[in-house]
Amino acid sequence: MIEMNTDILWKTQYSRRRFLKLGAATLGFSAASGLFELDSFGAWASAQAPMARERIVRTSGSHNCGGRCILQAHVRDNRVVRITTEDDIPDTDKTPQLRGCLRCRSYRDRLYHPERLKYPMKRVGKRGEGKFEQITWDEALDTIAGQTKRIMDQYGPDAIYMQYAPGNAGRVSERVWMSRLLGLYGGFLSYYGSYSTAATQMATPYTFGTTATGSSRDNWAHSKLIILLGWNPGETIHGTNTAYYLKKAKQAGARIVSIDPIYSDTSVALADQWIPIRPTTDSSLLDAMAYVIITENLQDQAFLDKYCVGFDEAHLPPGIPAGQSFKSYILGESEDQTAKTPAWAEAVTGIPRETIIKLAREYATQRPGALIQGYGPQRHAYGEQVVRSGTVLAALTGNIGVKGGWASGTGYQARSHFVAAIPVPNPSKARISVFCWPDAIKRGTGMGPEASVKGVKQLSANLKLMFNLGGNCLVNQHADNNGTARLLQDESLLEFLVVSEQFLTASAKFADILLPADNMYERDDIVMPWGYGDYVLFMNKAVDTVFECRNGYDWISDLADRLGLKDKFTEGRTIDQWLRYLVEETAKKNPGFYSYEEFKEKSVYRWQYPESSIAFQKQIEDPGNNPFPTPSGKIEIFSQRLWDMNQLQEIPAIPKYVKAWEGPEDPLRAKYPLQCIGHHYKRRVHSIFDNTGWMEEAGAQEVWVSPVDAAQRDLQNGELVTVYNDRGVISLPVKITPRIMPGVVSVPQGAWWTPDEQGVDRRGCINTLTKYHPTPLAFGNATHTNLVQISKG
Amino acid sequence: MAKQIAFYVEQKFCVGCKTCQVACKDKHDLKVGQLYRRVSETAGGGFEIKGATVIPAVYAFWTSISCNHCGQPVCVENCPVGAVQKQAADGIVYIDQEKCVGCRKCVKSCPYGAPQYNRETRKTGKCDFCRDELAAGKPPVCVAACPLRALDYGPLNVLQRKYGKANETKGLPAGGQTQPALVIAPHRDAL
Repeated sequence: MIEMNTDILWKTQYSRRRFLKLGAATLGFSAASGLFELDSFGAWASAQAPMARERIVRTSGSHNCGGRCILQAHVRDNRVVRITTEDDIPDTDKTPQLRGCLRCRSYRDRLYHPERLKYPMKRVGKRGEGKFEQITWDEALDTIAGQTKRIMDQYGPDAIYMQYAPGNAGRVSERVWMSRLLGLYGGFLSYYGSYSTAATQMATPYTFGTTATGSSRDNWAHSKLIILLGWNPGETIHGTNTAYYLKKAKQAGARIVSIDPIYSDTSVALADQWIPIRPTTDSSLLDAMAYVIITENLQDQAFLDKYCVGFDEAHLPPGIPAGQSFKSYILGESEDQTAKTPAWAEAVTGIPRETIIKLAREYATQRPGALIQGYGPQRHAYGEQVVRSGTVLAALTGNIGVKGGWASGTGYQARSHFVAAIPVPNPSKARISVFCWPDAIKRGTGMGPEASVKGVKQLSANLKLMFNLGGNCLVNQHADNNGTARLLQDESLLEFLVVSEQFLTASAKFADILLPADNMYERDDIVMPWGYGDYVLFMNKAVDTVFECRNGYDWISDLADRLGLKDKFTEGRTIDQWLRYLVEETAKKNPGFYSYEEFKEKSVYRWQYPESSIAFQKQIEDPGNNPFPTPSGKIEIFSQRLWDMNQLQEIPAIPKYVKAWEGPEDPLRAKYPLQCIGHHYKRRVHSIFDNTGWMEEAGAQEVWVSPVDAAQRDLQNGELVTVYNDRGVISLPVKITPRIMPGVVSVPQGAWWTPDEQGVDRRGCINTLTKYHPTPLAFGNATHTNLVQISKG
Repeated sequence: MAKQIAFYVEQKFCVGCKTCQVACKDKHDLKVGQLYRRVSETAGGGFEIKGATVIPAVYAFWTSISCNHCGQPVCVENCPVGAVQKQAADGIVYIDQEKCVGCRKCVKSCPYGAPQYNRETRKTGKCDFCRDELAAGKPPVCVAACPLRALDYGPLNVLQRKYGKANETKGLPAGGQTQPALVIAPHRDAL
């Protein structure tokens, strides 16, 4: 046993050393461009003018967060001087306040950051170098219009791409307006999936026919057992108040088990047991649990017989050869002749067989139980498998469609609400996976379904023009930063790149035209929770837009004018009239919805329900009238559709453990012995907030290393270390902590890629180390599948 | 008004999100390095590695702490100019910024590290229990902010009746030293 304590010293002030380092990194590009006036907002912190009257503006956040909270901007002299959260209703069990977390409570530090982009700029150096020159909006829009015309004429709509950019996720974001304009102009290449949930979005419907597999969260108070499979909602916000609902479940008596390479923040507070697991091996654990359940005859056979396809040989679809059922696979009676015993899984996962047996028995007998899947485990080489393994285990134990159970899979809320959207008529049907745009740049012409293309047989052009409006997935949140940067630097491939941003992020540095975006406190919008919650929020503009920053609708309308589409694009509406249109369209399908004026004033509309919602309750209670939305109408443990794809090694028809490249069983471990993941970190939403001081104070950018691995390398807590593989090198301080299992390290995702002259990333962006290698079915990102080595210095 | 107002910290359910810490900074306009309320991580233990298996014996918990508005405030005793004062009506300990000379005697004497010296103003500030919020009938911002509802406040005797009398936890100074106006529901690992 190794004893250690990364303890606190009550009287130690926070070390300034790391701030100086961060400052140097971010100030580096300011100095290089020579365009940034430091602190031109004035010293906001000291700008106290108590004589001025303070007004409170009700708003919310529209950045890419899994929560949506009520924020109250306290405004004085056109400046946000304080931010509070919902406090005008009592905080009750039925209607808990929508409380913001540290990210939005710290927002002034971001809103008034001295490095906000202030003017439109054009690139003057090599692409990606970060050298820009100030230009006028007219010049910027003339240039964008000219390039759009040229590329549309020369190559057609498949050459024009709207990049996944959820930095502004409001109903009237830049991305929405630009999509509308490009649609009206002749079309554009669009995407499916997401960087968060690609595999689960694709795989879950093969079992259930839908991603809406989540019950309402009050259900958890009826669960006897809750298994958090790579799920950490206390830190990664999966719906406002989700961790609070888990706390209530625990208070109601649920036992909570966390399966995670990290002893997560959620686990520390709420889990009764932490089971560390080697990344990429979740399906192995779930297979072995199935083995225990089947061999001890603990499965809900009546449920399987009635509702499922493919559990055993008797329930395979007609024409499927023998030995293909899930049961045969688990018992070692199919091709691989390997029983998926706890001993087998122990060697793969690192979890002792006794622990697996106990957990399996508990999940099968302590019903109802909720096996809730986070999205980390599916951002892996074969992320589709763990998703379906979870759904099958839920079926095996009859935990689907019942109070306190949980169907697993994506878990999007089954109870959904209609909120209107801006019409985006795109005549072009071509879509690619959100992750596969580099392929469309390199070899778009002729690219087909083998490289993620949907909607058309193949693409008719290489990708030549990209709009990246409020996002950092270009270089930073994608994969293989060095390789991606090289691709983008070649101007003969991607010919033109438009970026709209608030800061000079790693992605923004690659812009040909860089536009200064307004901030969420500077505009009206409508936002919805993407995870859980029965409400929709109106974001009221709190303060005026600063400098030459402009609202998306404003400048895209001017761009539409240059493309001869202004009237068609605006339909004669102001942004205010479009928001009114959205509210009126929403009200048509939601009787009792607020008027526009009421919605603006109250800023939140809550749908009220007398009862909690249980996913698939109807399908289970009355299957005759309510088939599952799958081809068979049943829960498809065996998927005929997957079988027909005929790629069974990587896309099996039943969920299987597939050994990952760069997983624990890859021979490459001889060279790079550590598995590297990039967990979501409280101090950022993805890459947002990376540059702010209050958040660096709340959580420094450090690589997490277990004391076991640190000792083998003689690492000292807090010192600078190098993390590397064949794809890249990062340098950052080390946090030596027993909260991560030996053999695994984690570089918290979202830090801004900051390469030095040697190409060493001095900030510690995980994607310097990740691989551009799409998952087989969803073509999603396998961000957490990496082998690395760590050394001192 | 109660004789002594106090904080309740439900440490066992604290996920360490630091929303209280940041909401407090926003309320009080605190620069980096100044924390009137702060959340600290404690972690220790290790692993048994047996064959292919990894068996954790790890402990971890979070501690959210501000000024405890102590019954026997050493900061008040040690202030040479009488700037640190304990309000008779509710027991709130605050620092009169007019009187503070920035000598940092309070900083050195407080076992909780509550007073925070400000290099720019050359004075020391600290948690004043959001006196202005209380006067407006609102809770202190840290309590109102907590996403887990793991913070509470109220008269010390009422909190003690509701939640017990524990006022110390692993890593914190012994409660007897200064009589902190604090009630804690300790984390299982912090007992």
